[in-house]
Amino acid sequence: MRTALILLRKDLRLELRTLETVPAMILFALVTFVIFHFGLNRSTIDGQLAAGVLTATLLFAAMLGINRLFVAEREQGGFDAFLLAPVDRSSMLVAKAAALFVFLAALEVIAVPAFGLLLLGPSLGPALPGLILVLALADLGLAVIGTLVSGIAVQTRARDLIGPVIGLPLLIPALIATARAAGPLLRSVHAPAAPPGKWLAILALYDLVFALLAYAVFDFLLEE
Amino acid sequence: MPSTTYGKGLRGLSLATLATIALALALVFFYAPLDADQGFVQKIFYIHVPLAIVSLCGFIFGAALAVGHLRTGDRKWDMRSYVAIHMALIFGVGGLITGSIWAKASWGHWWVWNEPTLVSFLIVLLLFATYQPLRFSIEDPERQSRYASVFAIVAGAFVPLNFLAVRLAQEFVHPRVLTLGGGNLPGAMRLTFLISLVGMALLYVTLWKYEMAAKNARSQVRRLRRTLLGDDSVRPAGRSAAPL
Repeated sequence: MRTALILLRKDLRLELRTLETVPAMILFALVTFVIFHFGLNRSTIDGQLAAGVLTATLLFAAMLGINRLFVAEREQGGFDAFLLAPVDRSSMLVAKAAALFVFLAALEVIAVPAFGLLLLGPSLGPALPGLILVLALADLGLAVIGTLVSGIAVQTRARDLIGPVIGLPLLIPALIATARAAGPLLRSVHAPAAPPGKWLAILALYDLVFALLAYAVFDFLLEE
Repeated sequence: MPSTTYGKGLRGLSLATLATIALALALVFFYAPLDADQGFVQKIFYIHVPLAIVSLCGFIFGAALAVGHLRTGDRKWDMRSYVAIHMALIFGVGGLITGSIWAKASWGHWWVWNEPTLVSFLIVLLLFATYQPLRFSIEDPERQSRYASVFAIVAGAFVPLNFLAVRLAQEFVHPRVLTLGGGNLPGAMRLTFLISLVGMALLYVTLWKYEMAAKNARSQVRRLRRTLLGDDSVRPAGRSAAPL
């Protein structure tokens, strides 16, 4: 666990100094909102459509972060150094997933209010507590699966292609659950206070299964 | 490497497959009653559903074999997993095409989104379609087999979860024929369906064994040539998605 914390601190410090990934993800999300505005030809959206636009935007922005996650380790020899160190290999998974989770949370801190300002019809305030819960669970799934996919893709020749191509189908069930859980919250009339429990449960189940699975197989991605 | 003979029993298996499929087709066309709603076109059900089921089981079979590879580190298991997934992909494309034809004939559309089984199947197929590109883009054979196994296990676990999520997301349109109690199929149809399913499963196993035997024989020939005629006699293996 200490190793994971050290690795996480290293990743966060690296990001703070270079500002390479998160600003790009935020800009990407903002541009995507503009694209959706023109693509849908709507000034405001609500309900399931709003949830879908938000989820798809966050998913694609997350893909950028997922693609970059291990690039530095590979190019700067971080993998070799890590393998030489006498530490548990799973700590790399934990650290990278935590870093990705932090990146996604940072993205959402900007992107969700921006979505509320730019596109969302009803006011964001009442939906916010439920939305935070849904997005936290979604981020967990994105972080775990993203780390796994990124770990696979970074060693391939066409890593920018392989990452999204594997990652997107794997994330479809999480996307379904996120969009369906957030949909009722963003309705302009009769919006419930809490997201539907069924979809939260599915999202949590998905996170749990893939977290265990990633923990079981991640070691094999680091062998040399 | 001990020479495993995948050809053993292949003739008997092939004959059994042939007989079962012939019997299944005979039952489909001469025994099973015509569907009251859909008429003759419903008979594609006996091809389409077994194809899809066998394909999904093939993906999970491939994942189980991949577990064997990661546990033992023996490349033989990777070859088995590769062939299982690759065969399941072919069956899956067949299932998708026959399903599309059936949908067009009975619902009037080539593709129906409010049909959870169809949509889940497409997502699973899209995921497994990346298996070959993934293998192809890793050059080191040892790493290729290891990463492919990790992918196969993750994707295999994904299959049931994905079906759960997509099914819950939509209303039921599909006739529930696959419930554990046998669904609402009348006896003659159920018998025909079960025999078609057995025939398709046998076909999968037979083709799997044929490909394993062929791949195994090829690698043995390469090894023998190299031993007897020297390294120059064997062309260096090109980059390939298939394990050597």
